[in-house]
Amino acid sequence: MFDPATRAVEAALAAGATYADARVVIRRHERLSAQNGELQSVRNSLDAGLGVRALVGSSWGFAASSDLGDEAAAGRTGAEATATAKASALVPGRGIQLADVTVAEDSYETPHLEDPFSVPLDEKVGVIVGATQTMAGVEGIRVASAQLMFWDTDKWFVSSQGHRIHQHLVESGCGMDATALGEHETQRRSYPQSFGHVETGGYEMVRRFDLPGNAQHVAEEAVQLLSAEPCPSGELDLILESSQLALQIHESVGHAIELDRILGWEAAFAGTSFLELDQLGSLRYGSELMNITADATIPRGLSTFGYDDEGTPAQAVDIVRGGTWVGVLSGRDSAHLAGLPPGGMVRGDGFNRMPMVRMTNVGLEPGDSSLEEIVSETKHGVVMATNRSWSIDDRRLNFQFGCEIGWEVRDGKRVRMVRNPTYTGITPRFWASLDMLAGEGEWHPWGVPNCGKGQPTQVGHTGHPASPGRFRNVRIGVTT
Amino acid sequence: MDTDTTALERLADDVVTLVAERGAAAAPHAEVEANVGVVRNRHGLTRFANSFVHQHVGEDTVTVSITLAVDGRTTTTSTTSTDRPSLSEAIDAAIASAGQQPVDPHWPGATPPTDVPASAHFDPDTAAGEPTGRAERVRAFVDAGPELDAAGYVDTEATWAAFASTAEHRAADASTRATLDGIHQTARSAGSAHQTSIRSSDLDGATAGALAAELARDSAEFEDVEPGAFDVVLGPEAVAAMLTFLGVYGFNAKTHLEGGSFAELGEAQFDPSVTILDDPEDPRAVGLGFDAEGSPRRRVALVEGGVTRAVVHDRRTAKRADTVSTGGAIPGGETFGAVPLNVRMLGGQASPQDLVASVERGLLITSFHYVRVLEPKTQLATGLTRNGTFRIEDGKVAGAVGNLRFTESFLDALGSGRVLGVGNDDRLADGGLVTGMVTCPSLRLRSFTFTGGAGG
Repeated sequence: MFDPATRAVEAALAAGATYADARVVIRRHERLSAQNGELQSVRNSLDAGLGVRALVGSSWGFAASSDLGDEAAAGRTGAEATATAKASALVPGRGIQLADVTVAEDSYETPHLEDPFSVPLDEKVGVIVGATQTMAGVEGIRVASAQLMFWDTDKWFVSSQGHRIHQHLVESGCGMDATALGEHETQRRSYPQSFGHVETGGYEMVRRFDLPGNAQHVAEEAVQLLSAEPCPSGELDLILESSQLALQIHESVGHAIELDRILGWEAAFAGTSFLELDQLGSLRYGSELMNITADATIPRGLSTFGYDDEGTPAQAVDIVRGGTWVGVLSGRDSAHLAGLPPGGMVRGDGFNRMPMVRMTNVGLEPGDSSLEEIVSETKHGVVMATNRSWSIDDRRLNFQFGCEIGWEVRDGKRVRMVRNPTYTGITPRFWASLDMLAGEGEWHPWGVPNCGKGQPTQVGHTGHPASPGRFRNVRIGVTT
Repeated sequence: MDTDTTALERLADDVVTLVAERGAAAAPHAEVEANVGVVRNRHGLTRFANSFVHQHVGEDTVTVSITLAVDGRTTTTSTTSTDRPSLSEAIDAAIASAGQQPVDPHWPGATPPTDVPASAHFDPDTAAGEPTGRAERVRAFVDAGPELDAAGYVDTEATWAAFASTAEHRAADASTRATLDGIHQTARSAGSAHQTSIRSSDLDGATAGALAAELARDSAEFEDVEPGAFDVVLGPEAVAAMLTFLGVYGFNAKTHLEGGSFAELGEAQFDPSVTILDDPEDPRAVGLGFDAEGSPRRRVALVEGGVTRAVVHDRRTAKRADTVSTGGAIPGGETFGAVPLNVRMLGGQASPQDLVASVERGLLITSFHYVRVLEPKTQLATGLTRNGTFRIEDGKVAGAVGNLRFTESFLDALGSGRVLGVGNDDRLADGGLVTGMVTCPSLRLRSFTFTGGAGG
């Protein structure tokens, strides 16, 4: 499949582009879902096509076609990309240049043990039907759902600078949830996290998370929540388990450090960032315990790959070190504009979407404590687990999260379950209050498979390793 | 540029024939049914930021979707590879997949023949939309605020679709959509404008740019206000965000059957001034005349005079509820349920200026940002204001305020006695989920709860 990509790049250059690259992407996706002991759906999709970027002056042109069978189509698509970029001259800006990267001819494959598409369908069906049967059997559960989801992606990348890279990426995910119905509200518990957890790797992850073996307690907690006391309100210590802390990182760090946002390129929809480039290296983002890395090389991370969609090698970049902001997420064009080395963080949602800066595995390095030690050293606080809602302003400062479940902590002990826990804060103030972090044994590479960005929206897969942590004096229990 | 669906109809028919052939070969004694959808989507997008065009995109994709049932065991497959060998491979895999599954108790059968009137939502000029035309509108938007920083997009989208089933149902239609959505920014503020139509010729970059620039300039100097409950005048974008969540989670028959929806049919759950339809017959409406199951999209009164009347169905939920589909099926709807894709709140008599004039003390809000539902049954939600938030005193706009976070039940906010005015400015507004999904006016609401500000 290098040939259509090569033809497209040549056509784009012939039409006047100063640089062009092309990706042929063939992505297979399978999603199975069950509800209340019945198989609900089995969906397969195959998206195959060619996407071409062409650079002319200050603008990218991008064209895509699902027609891979017609040899002439690749050339037409390449020429269209250049023509589209040229039309931008009506509203010109400063010229775009690309930061230098090593030109590679290479291949990469996701490490995995078991091809998820080769596992017999009836085995996969059995896992989710069995899990939902167990959950639905708990008195008070109205809806019990479970899902498995798998992606198998081949990408062939060619650039006018000489890149020729093939990647085979494998991603697997699973999740389940139980909803208990009360008179005036619903309560839901999910496992292993809300909306399912996805990571790079094979079917072995489904076996590791053992949905059927966890179904009973997940459902029982949903029912218990209906009669739990409301979350207390006030400024208390907040202890976040690792999947919620992962989403906290995603929203209040990951998006804020995207260089395209900082430069204003996503201002209209996704917003900008409170970060300004002249603060890089000096801005206090959080406490000394805050060490954030964007690392596209870690095992099982949902943003682990060999090369990004510009052909830049996967790498680890320091983002926050000892609480100080030191790095950004970038691509070749944004990095050049900012005078920074390119981070290899540009990806597109399929062949027909223009690549943009996307989070790699933006994670919080572990501390040296444990969740139980954190609880035992907390006088009055709330442990919150599993995201239920998330919202943050357009500069990534004011956030409010809701979690599925909480436990009030008094004098070092969990004294009761609480329902509808929420918390709110302002990003740097919140991170400055981080004072305890669990260690490597409780550090997990959580995946977020539904990150929206761009306008109209593209969906991205991002990774967020984290261990549980404590934040002091946070406003919790937000009420109307 | 093709302006008809003939080739897609032929392809849909070919796939139905192929299903019969492959089914007879692989499962000769089984009943093999199929719904086949073929969609061609041509999308052109011009994005701008820092007042220049920085991304320019063209896409042309054909997708074939097949829902296949073998003796009532169902599976769905879709592919962008539309040559005969690829389609045969996809069908064979689907037949094999179905054979390993239990019977689907909610499978309603292949869609039977049903009249599907053409939607009249197609404009050939928009379908042929070229990058230059979009860039010209961007230039007009940018030029309306020369000292400001502009960002946003103009896009045109054309969809041609054909549907065929083994039960001999056939349907075909085409639709177009054009959108201009942008902001102008000062160093401290932003103002926005949104236009959507089935015709790109309706997009007016200069008018939209002037509105966005005015809002940005007017909110450049602002004061933070203490959170609390305020009477509010919400612009159409803010109202559209509320209606989007009510529609997706509440007027969804699957959610309703499972007890997770707020909807209590026959109950006065809204203010008497509230009437909400799913109205594909509105001449402004965007979208095809049939849904993912090939059923005609029907006009449904969801709320009439404050009384909740109906939810939207696909064929699966219609079977469970012993009723008929309203044409609300979406791809993947067997897990998610049906969604009203042409939500329309009827406008009233008051101009937006009248709504402001009627407020003694309150806030004028242009749009909401990052809205999420905390509890689906009560529609308790949180989000922030954006792109122009203003204080109203004694019926007049009295200055800008910093963005605020709300935590409020959308159901309560539109409840009896809370809707104090309905604007006459109903239009297609951006609710933040599906562009072209909601048509609505400005509203004046009583006592909307704000729980924080962006300053802390």
